[in-house]
Amino acid sequence: MSETFVAAPDGGPDRPGPLARLTERCREILGPDAVITDPVRLRTYECDGLTYHRATPGLVVLPESATQIAAIVRACNEYGVPFVARGSGTGLSGGALPRSDGVLIVTSRMRRILSVDLASRRAVVEPGVTNLAITEAVRDRGFYYAPDPSSQQVCSIGGNVAENSGGAHCLKYGFTVNHVEACEIVTPDGEIVELSRMDAGYDLLGAFVGSEGTLGIATKITVRLSVTPEAVCTLLAAFRDVESGGRAVSAIIGAGVVPAAIEMMDALAIEAAEAAVACGYPPGAGAVLVVELDGPLAQVEQEYAQVERLCRENGAFELRVAKDADERAAIWKGRKSAFAAVGRISPAYIVQDGVVPRTALPGVLAAIDELSREYGIRVANVFHAGDGNLHPLVLFDDEEEGAGERAAEVSGRILDLCIRHGGSITGEHGVGVDKARYMTRMFSEADLDTMQLVRCAFDPRNLSNPGKVFPTPRLCGEAPGVRKGVHPLVEAGKAELF
Amino acid sequence: MAAQPAEALAATGVTIRDAGPDDDVAGVKPRWVALPESTEEIAAVLRAASAHDLAVVPVGSGTKLHWGRPPERCDVLLDTCCLNRVLEHAAGDLVVRVQAGVTMGALAEALAREGQELALDVPDPEATVGGTLAAAVAGPRRLRYGTARDLLIGATVVLADGTIARSGGKVVKNVAGYDLGKLFTGSYGTLGVIAEAAFRLHPLPAGRRWVTATYPIARERAGEHGERRFVNDFPVDPFQVIGPVATSTAEPSAIEIDWPEALFGPFTVSVLVEGAAAEARAQAVRELLEAHGAAAEVSAAPPPWWGRLPGDEFLVEVRVPPGEIGTAMAEVSSAATADIRVRGSAASAVLHVALPAGIAPERAEHFVADVRAGVENAGGRVIVLTAPEEIARRLDRWGKVGALGLMRRVKERFDPGRIMAPGRFPGGI
Repeated sequence: MSETFVAAPDGGPDRPGPLARLTERCREILGPDAVITDPVRLRTYECDGLTYHRATPGLVVLPESATQIAAIVRACNEYGVPFVARGSGTGLSGGALPRSDGVLIVTSRMRRILSVDLASRRAVVEPGVTNLAITEAVRDRGFYYAPDPSSQQVCSIGGNVAENSGGAHCLKYGFTVNHVEACEIVTPDGEIVELSRMDAGYDLLGAFVGSEGTLGIATKITVRLSVTPEAVCTLLAAFRDVESGGRAVSAIIGAGVVPAAIEMMDALAIEAAEAAVACGYPPGAGAVLVVELDGPLAQVEQEYAQVERLCRENGAFELRVAKDADERAAIWKGRKSAFAAVGRISPAYIVQDGVVPRTALPGVLAAIDELSREYGIRVANVFHAGDGNLHPLVLFDDEEEGAGERAAEVSGRILDLCIRHGGSITGEHGVGVDKARYMTRMFSEADLDTMQLVRCAFDPRNLSNPGKVFPTPRLCGEAPGVRKGVHPLVEAGKAELF
Repeated sequence: MAAQPAEALAATGVTIRDAGPDDDVAGVKPRWVALPESTEEIAAVLRAASAHDLAVVPVGSGTKLHWGRPPERCDVLLDTCCLNRVLEHAAGDLVVRVQAGVTMGALAEALAREGQELALDVPDPEATVGGTLAAAVAGPRRLRYGTARDLLIGATVVLADGTIARSGGKVVKNVAGYDLGKLFTGSYGTLGVIAEAAFRLHPLPAGRRWVTATYPIARERAGEHGERRFVNDFPVDPFQVIGPVATSTAEPSAIEIDWPEALFGPFTVSVLVEGAAAEARAQAVRELLEAHGAAAEVSAAPPPWWGRLPGDEFLVEVRVPPGEIGTAMAEVSSAATADIRVRGSAASAVLHVALPAGIAPERAEHFVADVRAGVENAGGRVIVLTAPEEIARRLDRWGKVGALGLMRRVKERFDPGRIMAPGRFPGGI
């Protein structure tokens, strides 16, 4: 398609608008093959993993270096064009949803592992490197990269940094933010800056990780590598119902054991997983727990004995232990396929992501069950039981009149439940565009305004992934001058306004 | 009428007293001390301070008040001692919410009653939660559990204009919104006041063992011009001792080093193994430590120096990538021309160097510059945590700071009137 076509929405070929001028500049910076303007190709970028928010980007670019990204971002500033960064597009909150009036900066050509320093337990990688590729590069030498989101085969480290990704094993090992030592970023005004835990001063790295692309684009990431544990023990415990499974989880945590992961699935989620991948979980199970212990062999052996006893004491009627990697994979298969598997038992579904304090789980699950009955909408529950991170799968038939709306309402009310129990509207998928409107239910206006001070410091022109995270944009204005607060005369009631 | 600062402060209803001789902040004397008893009272004090352009420095127990640059000015010392309640200990959720003025020692006691702990070691248990966060202090077990920012899951802060803001929450897994808690961790009071904090907790470990061994190092040598020099001469390379333990499958929680006479004396390595099967894992560590010819000892109690700072009058922090620990030690040793004590978290490659307070200022200046040159070259940093004032004036306290421009912009947004601990921070922030 011709470039005039692209320029047209801006003001026609005679008076090229900002996007057309940016397109020209991007061709100069990147060369023509890294600049996509063909509408058919643009449309392949219209959504990330959350497919019900879609927008065709105005322009897509495929840079290969931080210098190129910085040049593009500076051009965006010059023309006032917003930009959105995208890694592999696996995000589940629409964080990489493009803008039709903006440019989508895709990091898929930045896939080099730049260095591995095992003495310092560090690797330096480009943002387009996949999460699993890091582990694959160091596995033979006894190391791995700990955060393991379920999309780890394809998701990019840049995206992980933006979303502060977790994964099943973050119960013991923490999130992306705990495993990133430094990031080189391109700031929203196009400067290349290094944020490092090594430096004195504010922990801008801690603020940047998880900022969902609103504070700039990570162009080089230094991750910490972990030592592969000596032993791993995965066990599957089947219970008659979710309540007894929940009691077993409480007992395990209460005994002082910190497993690498504790995952739970309820009857409907098990049914779906059986239908999809024939995972062969014990028949008659109303809930299954997958517990993974890892660490020094002697420690794992002791903890396994404890966990086994606690599961039996709390009503487990069948226990299976993986003896090797294949059996471990078989146990995980049902759990890992659960999201996609519900497609087998329902034409459509919404994946929710909410968090409650772990001890509130039984009450919240009962309340979800009530919601499900009230709306006539089935909900399958898959969750990281150890840290109270729920992933209810809200099932509906998109052919049925009004079912989608009812499902969305159930999904939203589950978040209200999470907030009411002192939890969070997202444990790992992020706020993105999907949950921005729920932010006001979890945070006060003052909280959000204060967060926006950080945004304004980084991105006063609101060009870096605008419309994400915050329900309402804040006009930053110039960096404020001296402000003295309430004038004494106003405070004393002598005057109202000057 | 609240036109005078003193009256405005009094009008807040918060307890205010005149500052005494013990209230100095790194040598700067405040005029008043405010003793708020709630987050709202902190906000009231800050609103009054903002309205009258009074500079405010928050303080907990004051154990690190002499750290950082002296503030340019200080009118109000905001003392959080009355904010000393544990608000909520949800033992079943392994989470605690506390007010900033709770001391780390009192918190540890309260948590231990439920068999839990905050896995953040501090050199002085009198330090408050707020002060520990503001100065980003961490101890030996940072290797396993990270530092304060890694264990903090929620924070309530009060900004210079009195705005009360929360971020995070009381669940460990939570990615909603920006993490203001991390931003305030290590901010030395320059962005606002930390009023409350929530942390993730860990169960108290079933067992603990320390494995300790001592290694000889540098010998005296003549320099090029015949002068006495103590140079990079380690019969046992520290990294060869520390590296294999750090990556061992015994999974130690901490690897500490104590090097009391860093000019020429031996260094001691002590490794903490905790949790189930601690004894068996300690024996595995012992074999690693003894591979270098030293005899290692396994004990159920830490060595007396464990987790303590080597000094507190003139203290320098050296940080390097973990593989460069030997480089850092060599740099420190060869730059030293006086008695120095070194102690630190060897596997995390954070060393604390205590210099004599009476050292000649020009020698101190040379020491910091020499070590910094070598350490920054190895990808590390040298930060002067505290120094006697006449020495500190000559020193660059912070070294290279990559994102100073962004830090200034953050400060301008949070505290446009520059009333929060002005000048305490890198770049005069």
